[in-house]
Amino acid sequence: MDDPKKGMTLIVKTITRLTVGLILLFGIYIVSHGHVSPGGGFAGGVIISLSFIHIMLAFGEEAAFKKVNQGIASLFESFGAILFITIAAIGMGSGYFFLNFLRKGEPFKLFSSGLIPLYNIAISFKVASGLFMIVILLMLLKIPKKGEKQ
Amino acid sequence: MTQNLLPLFIIIPLAAAFLNSLIGKRIKGFPDVVSAVATFALAFISVYSVFLLKESGTLVYKVGGWAPPIGISMVMDGLTVFMLVTLNLIAFLISMYSVNYMEKYTDKWIFYSLFLLVIGGMNGVVISGDMFNMYVFLEIAAIASYALVAFGTEQEELEAAFKYAVMGTVASSFILLGIVFLYSFTSTLNMADMAMQLTGKGASGIVRLAGVFFLMGFGLKSALVPFHAWLPDAHPSAPAPISAMLSGILIKSLGVYAIIRIFFSVLGASAGILNMLMILGGLSMIMGVCLALGQWDFKRLLAYHSISQIGYVVLGIGLGTPLGILGGLFHLFNHSLFKSLLFLNSGAVEYATGTRDLRKMGGLKGKMPVTANTSLVASMSIAGIPPFNGFWSKLIIIVACIQSYHFIYAALAVIGSILTLSSFMKVQRYGFFGESKGKANVKEVPFFMKLSMILLALVCLSAGLLLLPLFYDYFLKPASDAVLAGRGYLVDVLGAI
Repeated sequence: MDDPKKGMTLIVKTITRLTVGLILLFGIYIVSHGHVSPGGGFAGGVIISLSFIHIMLAFGEEAAFKKVNQGIASLFESFGAILFITIAAIGMGSGYFFLNFLRKGEPFKLFSSGLIPLYNIAISFKVASGLFMIVILLMLLKIPKKGEKQ
Repeated sequence: MTQNLLPLFIIIPLAAAFLNSLIGKRIKGFPDVVSAVATFALAFISVYSVFLLKESGTLVYKVGGWAPPIGISMVMDGLTVFMLVTLNLIAFLISMYSVNYMEKYTDKWIFYSLFLLVIGGMNGVVISGDMFNMYVFLEIAAIASYALVAFGTEQEELEAAFKYAVMGTVASSFILLGIVFLYSFTSTLNMADMAMQLTGKGASGIVRLAGVFFLMGFGLKSALVPFHAWLPDAHPSAPAPISAMLSGILIKSLGVYAIIRIFFSVLGASAGILNMLMILGGLSMIMGVCLALGQWDFKRLLAYHSISQIGYVVLGIGLGTPLGILGGLFHLFNHSLFKSLLFLNSGAVEYATGTRDLRKMGGLKGKMPVTANTSLVASMSIAGIPPFNGFWSKLIIIVACIQSYHFIYAALAVIGSILTLSSFMKVQRYGFFGESKGKANVKEVPFFMKLSMILLALVCLSAGLLLLPLFYDYFLKPASDAVLAGRGYLVDVLGAI
């Protein structure tokens, strides 16, 4: 992670090292409080993926791939989607597709509103890994021009 | 509870798609099996729902247990069932064909994931009873299809996919804008409720404006003539099974179905809209076939014919008479059969000989008997030769034109049909008859490709039987009744809750 030739300057690297954990935690906070405050699976997922993208920009691709590589990101993306549709389909067991069959609890508490926090977590998996993959593709993929060899 | 069938049309393809992307990469043969099983299950359920509809009438499903004007609903009426059968039958046969055809590409699991996503999106568009939900599913299907057009990742394919993506996004924006205007006017997104609000409020400029936006957006999705420019690039660039799906069912479910549902069931078909549909239909019918005549690329020729045949469908529906709507819908079903068969044929020829240029083929009849004979069936069907299915639907459309005194449109339909025949004579003459010009050691394609082509050809031969009273009451009559009812849709839906 500390190869001075890769990535940006020392200032950026130091700031990144200090803030990247906070960004990740903030993303997790936004996801888990999605049902009681503004935010949710998508917004939180974007912030979580930003923390990894941050490492990638400051320290270079290899440093980020040590933490999460494409295979793991792809796995998490599919897992998030399948988790979402499974939770939705379980509702059919008690009557309806997407039925919120858990106890709703007390409003404005963290453990409340039944299945909605679980949906948020599933969405955050999908969004975080999906956005990370998009950034990887934009950084790595180069399409050759006409007549140029790859 | 019989309603529980409705969400399965969305759950099965989406679950299969994500399962594929989760473990399809690791186990060889897994993607083939999963997508074949999923599409077969969908085809089976959709055929079963034909009988279910006959028994219990229109079904409404309350997603999450919330009643319609507040929650999202799924609606299954005659038109929906008709479209579901068309979609899922073709999807199953295409998925069977892909087992062998997609061997030449790497990353089969990506292909199958995207393929199942498109099917899930199309099923969602058809079954949704909520305007915005319909838009979301439309985007799922459209975005997955942009990726599928670019699947080969050659220069030409990426260019076509980019063009398709840009034009498709413009179309989607207009559709979204139309939905926004209608939402602001009626304060509801449920289609039945929206129809009720619109009936109460009477005619208004904003509804007409939304109608124009919908006509532009869905017209582009269904490739009617002034909006057709993306189709001849996008459809030939995709792998053959995807071309078959795009031309066979995607432009119909995202384009024609949505036009019918919104203009007939929600906005109520006015004379102006019907006239507009007839003009666009007549124009596409003639323009498409004229552009097809000069083509030598097999798949590009077929793509231009899709524009022309969609013209017939829209002309029939635009007539607004019972016979015209029946003809339009029946032609929609028939076209999805023979056009997917033709695209699968073109894929088989490309698989065996490596070329799509008709001038370099020739003499394939002896070497590839199954492909040659099934393509003969499909060509005769699309040209409208009597025992085949295309003849009956074109006949109904032409009779409906004459019945409602639109002699010019009837003449245009006949001219279009003759030009189609001449164009497919060319395909048969250069492609399959005559002497061989290309490679010497051409072999017939593998088993699953042959099987799906033979099955499609058999359905093409027998689809004319659907007009017999025995089958007519089950399949075509509920569909054309649902279209004819117009805003009766709202009575249907609200009665079924």
